[in-house]
This record gives sequence, structure tokens and C-alpha cells, in this order.
Amino acid sequence: MLSRHQNPPKTTVGKSLPSLRRVRKQNPLGERAIQRLLLTCALVSVFTTISIVIMLVAQAAGFFSEVSILEFFTGTKWTPLFQPQHFGVLPLVGGTLLTASIAILVALPLGLASAIYLSEYAKDKVRRVVKPLLEILVGVPTVVYGYFALTFVTPVLRNIFPNMIVFNALSAGLVMGVMIIPMVSSLSEDAMIAVPRSLRDAAYGLGANRLEVATRVVMPAAVSGIVAACILALSRAIGETMIVAIAAGSTPKLTLNPLESIQTMTAYIVQISLGETPHGTTEYYTIYAVGLLLFVMTLLMNLFSQWFVRRYREKY
Amino acid sequence: MKKDLAFQRRLKIRQLQGSSFSALFLAATLVGIFALVILLVDVFRDGIGWLDWQFITSYPSRKPEEAGLLSAFFGTLWVMVLTALFSFPVGIGTAIYLEEYAPDNRLRRLIQTNINNLAGVPSIVYGLLGLSLFVQALALGRSVLAGALTLTLMSLPVIIIAAQEAIRSVSEAHRFGAYALGSSRWQVVRRIVLPTALPGVLSGTILAMSRAIGEAAPIIAISALVYLTFIPSSPLDRFTVLPIQIFNWVSRPQEGFWHLAAAGIIVLLVVLLSMNAVAIILRNRYQKRTEE
Repeated sequence: MLSRHQNPPKTTVGKSLPSLRRVRKQNPLGERAIQRLLLTCALVSVFTTISIVIMLVAQAAGFFSEVSILEFFTGTKWTPLFQPQHFGVLPLVGGTLLTASIAILVALPLGLASAIYLSEYAKDKVRRVVKPLLEILVGVPTVVYGYFALTFVTPVLRNIFPNMIVFNALSAGLVMGVMIIPMVSSLSEDAMIAVPRSLRDAAYGLGANRLEVATRVVMPAAVSGIVAACILALSRAIGETMIVAIAAGSTPKLTLNPLESIQTMTAYIVQISLGETPHGTTEYYTIYAVGLLLFVMTLLMNLFSQWFVRRYREKY
Repeated sequence: MKKDLAFQRRLKIRQLQGSSFSALFLAATLVGIFALVILLVDVFRDGIGWLDWQFITSYPSRKPEEAGLLSAFFGTLWVMVLTALFSFPVGIGTAIYLEEYAPDNRLRRLIQTNINNLAGVPSIVYGLLGLSLFVQALALGRSVLAGALTLTLMSLPVIIIAAQEAIRSVSEAHRFGAYALGSSRWQVVRRIVLPTALPGVLSGTILAMSRAIGEAAPIIAISALVYLTFIPSSPLDRFTVLPIQIFNWVSRPQEGFWHLAAAGIIVLLVVLLSMNAVAIILRNRYQKRTEE
């Protein structure tokens, strides 16, 4: 449209007027239609959230009409697929938290150290090479990590721990930890880079070295971003599915021993989806109850990290 | 004199700490990259010998020597094209609305918070949504269309956030210039904002697509079928995708199938790598054009 304004028609002013008026008259209607269309696009995401909540609650209601909420949250046995049936979700939650904690134990120190290295030590040239390389890690499909955990990491670990089960929480957790390193490092690095130069210069001026500046000035100033990064990474680890479905096993068990076979909430949903559980049975509805719990857990963590950033952000 | 000595000693320790930690930070950074290299070497060593023409042009089979990933490969292509068709317009429309149209009111903040939270929803939950909404409620069956719609909902938040960033980086001066010439809002968006933001939007979309293509979890919830001996010919056909085929091969106890899985992973990684290459090429080309 701009080009029409730039090149006025070579007619008399009087002749060009009607066409201009027509443009003005048409535009408001078209503009409003476009605005409506764009709003509709934006509402798709609201609709997505509403349907996720309605779907999970409605289907989980089918489950909770058969099984009491108390049994679900306090039972320590999860055996929906064979008799006697038990519907205590704690073993699945325990398995999920076990693998996710191992992952965070790997990703937190490595991710933070990478973030410090990239933001405080690395030259610009190095940074431009290393950062995209690290970020490839999040782009690798999770089945690939699952394959790696089962066929490479587990055999290596079994040399160290001969009594380790083939499917175990440790290899799945370790590999998941590698996967979420870039989540911790990228977000923490963003927070560290946002710390103003003047703070660093002041510390250097007092004779501090790089390590002291990084750990005593930059990290405390960026703490809100770092905490948020860790919570997001943890939430990602809790929701991660394929690695644990391939490498962590399918035996729901309440244990702290990472060498044992466990089952996570996500892996359980995969197991039922793959099996022949008839639609409409209580066993079938379990995946929605577990899915609802998973959704609520990750949602709370995401909301908390957003709140934390807003509450504790240092403003300069 | 004594104080001076203590200071000197302390300084030595601090300097030593400083340099040893610098090596430590570098080493920690390299651990991630090292793990990536081991992973790739492991996959290639296991799979490259099984990767041949027969593997790519065969349907799944009970015998590892005869099995291939033809149906999964075309399933992935189908899902990828449909997902891109659905998610690109809706994603960019949402981003334009939020950045250029929406007044700064509660509705805008609600939509924005909502999108941020959707980006953190586990992919398997999208799978459950797709199963209830598209497969059952809308009666699309376990079809390509249901799979593509599910992946669309999953990748939308990522696309929207990337597109918003690209749109935000368009300079205000350009917008005001266009408004000063009498352009309407849509004219500004179409002629100024979109062309400038396009490279960023495109690369964001392609990255989101490549994430969606690698996802197995939501598709498992929708359609766990693996023995598919035909190529889907319409959006309502049943389908399987590469990550599910790989998952199925990994889950078998026989060693032969593990090699198939590795070969399948190589194919999947090549697909993803070429998508990323396209993203980079597109971005560079458009960037040059807008700089002129």
C-alpha cells in the first residue's frame, strides 16, 4: 500500500480523489476483520489451556469415582494392571523425583559452571562457537538420549556397579541431566550478562579477581534468573518421557536406590498407551489421573519460577 | 612487615584459586560438548553398517535384516508438512496480535502468561489432550491429521515466543515512519514489520518444527502403531513416525534391532540437521535482503 502513496497517479488531483476515498472507506472494515482474525489466533492458546484442564479433570473424575483421592495420594503400591489392584501414586512420583533429582545434580553444577565460563571468562569468539554447540544438546530428540542411556551409559555403569539392573534410574537420570545442561546454562547466562558492567568494574577496582567477581558479585546479582533457570530445568526433567520410558524400567517402586529399576509418571502413561488396556476401564483412566498430577506439578513449578523472577529481580 | 607477608600469602592463594577455577569452569563447559560427541560417535558406530537403501525402502518386519523405516519416514513427512501448515499462520497471527494490536490490558496479559505456561507443559500431556480431543471427541481417529493437530498445539507456544521476539526487534522508527505516511495498522504490519521480522520468525518456526518432529511421546499417546505396511495417502490414514519406530526397535531385547534403532536415529538426525540448515540459509538470505 505504501508504494501507492509514494508514486501518486499521473492524473489530475480531481480524478485521483475518488479512488483515495474508496481506500479510506474500505479500510476500516478490512482492518477490523484482520484484527478479529488475529485475536482468534491468539485465543487458540487460551482454548488449548482450557481444553487441557477440562479434558484432564473430566477424565480423571472417571478414575476418582472408583478410587478414593486418599488412596491415590497416600498408597505406596501402584499395581493397576494386575490383581490385587492398588492405586497409590507415590511409587510413580518417587521414581519421577529420583530421576529428576539425579538429572539436576548433574545439570546444576555443570550448567552453572558453563554459564559462568561463557559470561565471565570466554572471549567473544569462543562464546560464539561454544554456546550453539551446547544448545545442540536440547535439540537432540529424546529417543536418541534414551538409546544412548540404554545401550552406552548402562553397560559402562554396570562395569562399575556389577549389581545394577539393566533398566535403572541412574543412567536415565545422568543422561537427562546432560540434556538439560543448556537449559540451566543459557538462562543463567542471560541473567549474568544482564548484570551491569559497573558492578564488575567496581569489584575489579577493589582488587578482586575473576573468580571473586563471578561468585561474589555477578552470581548474587543474577540469583533470581539462576533460580528460575533451575526450576524450569527441573520441571522439564519431571515431564521428560522417552529417556525414562526406554532406560529407567517399568517397575513402580518406592526407592532411593538409583541402581534399581523404577517407573516414572510419564513412563507409566507411555506403557498404558502402548498396551491393550480397554477404553473406559479404571485402569485406562489412571493415565488421566497421573497426567493431571503431572500437569499440576509442572504448572506450579513454572508459575513459581515466574513469580520468583518478578519478586527477586534486582533492578538497575 | 608481618602483615605484608600474610597479605602476600593470601594473594598467592587467591591467584591460584582464580586460575584453577578458570580451568574448572572450562572443563565443565566441555563436559556437555564431550557427551554430545560420544553420543554421536556411539550412534554412528552402531548404525552406519545397517544404513542402506534396503533399510530406507522397506516396511517394518519381524526380522531385523529385512526391516526398514519407509512408512515411518513418510509418516514423519506428512506430520511435518501438516503441522507447519497449521502452526505457522496461527503462531505468527498470535504474535502480531500481541505485539502490534492488543492494548496493554488484562486480556493481553492473560494470553501472554498462558502462552508462557503452555510452553512448559510436558509433551505427554499434549498427547493425552490430542487423544481425548482430536481422536475421540472430534472423531478424527488415530490419523495423521489428529497427530499433526496435536503437534501444532504443542509447538505453538514456542513459535509464538520466537515470533514475538523477532517482531519486537523491528525498530520503532520504521513503524512511525510508515504511520506518518498515512499507513493503516495492517499496512504497517504487512509492509514493514513482517518483512523485517520474517527471518527470525522463520528460523523460530523451523526450530519448533524440528523439536516437534523429534518428539515421540505425544504421538505414542495418539497412535502407537508400528507395524504399518503402507504409506499414508490421506490426512485421515493411520500413521507412524520415525521416533516411534526407533523407540519400538530400542525396546526389543534382540541386539539386531538396536542396530536398526541406531540406523533410524542417523536418518532422523539427518532430517533434523537439514531442517536446521534450511533455517540458517533462509535467515541469511532474508537478512541480506532486508539490509539492502
